[in-house]
Amino acid sequence: MAFVTDRKRVEGLGSARTGTEHFWQMTVTSVALLILVPLFLLTFAPLLGEPHAVVVDRLSRPIPALIAAAMLVVTFHHFKLGVTTLIEDYVSGLTRKIAIIVMTILSYGLAAAGLVALAQIAL
Amino acid sequence: MVELALPKNSRVRTGKTWPRPEGATNLKQFQIYRWNPDDGENPRVDTYWVDLDTCGPMVLDALIKIKNEIDPTLTFRRSCREGICGSCAMNIGGINTLACIHGIDEVPGKIVKIYPLPHMPVVKDLIPDLTHFYAQHASIMPWLETKTQRPEKEWRQSIEDRKKLDGLYECVMCASCSTSCPSYWWNGDRYLGPAALLHAYRWIIDSRDEATGERLDDLEDPFKLYRCHTIMNCAKTCPKGLNPAKAIAEIKKMMVERQL
Repeated sequence: MAFVTDRKRVEGLGSARTGTEHFWQMTVTSVALLILVPLFLLTFAPLLGEPHAVVVDRLSRPIPALIAAAMLVVTFHHFKLGVTTLIEDYVSGLTRKIAIIVMTILSYGLAAAGLVALAQIAL
Repeated sequence: MVELALPKNSRVRTGKTWPRPEGATNLKQFQIYRWNPDDGENPRVDTYWVDLDTCGPMVLDALIKIKNEIDPTLTFRRSCREGICGSCAMNIGGINTLACIHGIDEVPGKIVKIYPLPHMPVVKDLIPDLTHFYAQHASIMPWLETKTQRPEKEWRQSIEDRKKLDGLYECVMCASCSTSCPSYWWNGDRYLGPAALLHAYRWIIDSRDEATGERLDDLEDPFKLYRCHTIMNCAKTCPKGLNPAKAIAEIKKMMVERQL
């Protein structure tokens, strides 16, 4: 039992003075993906069904490698931002913090794994 | 936090079916949510039959007729009966709206189903507890804040600047928008909701207000403001035809504007 006024309950811990950076990053990565996704498809979709050597050769060239790397970084950064919002929406308390940590590790881990794989092919 | 099922003591059961009025030929069926905090029972849905030939055209007319002629225990808020006071907001045919300006013939289907505003604590029957909602409104300082010495006559405002308040000042705080918003359902304890944010924007863009920065500071929060995901239920349901989602988008644009 706590005798807390309605206004006190609404004020909570006050404004976090943050959130705009997250919102802006979502906007920037969305715009970046609008450009990158068509570029990625134009570059790599024709390779479907091609032999392994052709695919490796394409990924070894600087521009396709750059597009693939940018796609990996931007996609997983955008994914991390979006899923953070999702977790904040639907999960609360300690579970929320743990879920955000796990999801962040997963996002950056997958991006790093993709970049390493790309480097091994391209270099 | 998201809740996918109602608690056991909130599960709605089938209630009483009241007798049809004798001799009536133009009958309409109403199914209305009932809950009495004093009897310890679960909520139920009662069925009423209203003779439309002796009833006004609005849903509120039917509710008043039921209360006056069939079941005096039916409880709901109402006052102005012309869409100005915002008292009679409820969920009618699946839409949050004002019973006084929503025609019975506007409700799709043969049955008019009436529930209290969704995801709010219920005081009794169709009356939601809006205490938290009103406290959220108060928290955005819905009044003119100035630092300049008060002018002798009045704070002047151009016609163009006054026009910026159109589509905002008309809000009657009925809570239809906030209670239609899934983000408000899940995080209403921290998210201010479309109604409070529309009012916040009304004062942010008021040319006479001198607390724009402080107002934006107070709103810059992942939960107070950024729980809005532009779902647009608020704009779709607003019985006054306002667009709270647009007001929220404008606040977000201003947040970015002052950082870049």
